[in-house]
Amino acid sequence: MVDKGSNKVSIGIPGDLYRKIEEKIEGTSFSSVEEYVVMKLESEFPSEPVYTKEEEELIKERLRKLGYIE
Amino acid sequence: MLPHGGRLVDRLVPEEDRPRLKEEAGELAAAPVSDELRKDFECIAYGAFSPLTGPLGRGDYLSVLEKGRLQDGLPWTFPIVLDLSEEAASGIGEGDEVALTQGGEPFGVLRVEDKYALDKKAHAMSVFKTLDEAHPGVAKTWEMGPILLGGDIEIFDETPGMFPRYRLKPKETRFLFKEMGWKTVAGFQTRNAPHVGHEYVQKTALAFVDGLFINPLIGRKKAGDFRDEVIIDAYEALIRHYYLRNSATLVTLEMEMRYAGPREAIFHAIVRKNFGCTHFVVGRDHAGVGDYYGPFEAQEKFTEFPDLGIAPLFFRNFFYCRRCGGVENDKVCPHGPEDHINFSGTQMRGLLMKGERPSREMMRPEVVDAILRHPEPFVR
Repeated sequence: MVDKGSNKVSIGIPGDLYRKIEEKIEGTSFSSVEEYVVMKLESEFPSEPVYTKEEEELIKERLRKLGYIE
Repeated sequence: MLPHGGRLVDRLVPEEDRPRLKEEAGELAAAPVSDELRKDFECIAYGAFSPLTGPLGRGDYLSVLEKGRLQDGLPWTFPIVLDLSEEAASGIGEGDEVALTQGGEPFGVLRVEDKYALDKKAHAMSVFKTLDEAHPGVAKTWEMGPILLGGDIEIFDETPGMFPRYRLKPKETRFLFKEMGWKTVAGFQTRNAPHVGHEYVQKTALAFVDGLFINPLIGRKKAGDFRDEVIIDAYEALIRHYYLRNSATLVTLEMEMRYAGPREAIFHAIVRKNFGCTHFVVGRDHAGVGDYYGPFEAQEKFTEFPDLGIAPLFFRNFFYCRRCGGVENDKVCPHGPEDHINFSGTQMRGLLMKGERPSREMMRPEVVDAILRHPEPFVR
């Protein structure tokens, strides 16, 4: 189910698994099981860094000069 | 891979504002800092220490000592602090702006949000788990000034770095990884020239990820350590002769070793996460010294931080096995110690110091050549 306002989708996970995660994240910086699951999935599908055109050109030029890229 | 805390910190003053800020800083009270602390501040300014925006304030500092986390719960295990003598801190109060200086020259500004006392015993015990003065981190703690300042910094004068050719900022390494087409990258922390055992660990990691980020720490070393330029040359030789093209890259990190074992291992992983790594190699006795920490204590520490956001890759003991005829580790080799030749860094350094060559099972000949090309490969 998609919530168009927040652009979030609900999915179900087994209750036992949910409770195991709850235990695991106790005392950590995760405020919810959802945050933990999202972090795990993001590590499977890492987000690409975003650069402005100008930044991209400057970094590319420097990396080229230093011999890191051709 | 998102930076730690979600965003890459940038506390570098734009070029056009630097002369003005430098002039204004000349009018402020001065907070003199050491070479090492200046490097830490540059790491903050470049985003390598994200989400820190300056030395820790009291609340975060105490939380780091107690839990290995910032006040908001985010993992952070090594306290980055600005310590001053009573005298230097006497005219400085909360709410002030002070100039960060080295040799009397300002290079940045700190907006003081917190001024508080350092409890050296509590600091040493929490961070290093010992009060033994023979531990280099404890010895350094005793030398610290008794007053700590916390707040946000801005840096307007960058040092050129000891090896500008190999110095990249996290924003640049992240771009580099993208250009290389690496979606997964393993960070490898080192302070040594590589032997075959290191190569084995790195290549095992490479079996799971797209790229290897070799990231030697550059800076203050103790007598008998490889010189920084030797480490760089040795790695260049290894990468040139023994790695697939575009599978490994070498970038230096100017930051001191703290020898805080388990806490430092977590800290090292966070820094590499900020550089864009998705994985981090943790070996035996990572960041340890003497026998203050158990051989796998650093690896065990990671279980306390499921929210770290970078995956540790653990490696145990590895050695050359005569019967297997190759590099093995204690998890897979069925043979006894009588068949094993350990990769003893001390032994290899001993040979190299005499100008002799370790065997090719221990160190690649090209790496040995690169080391011996230096008339003085070791710090005196």
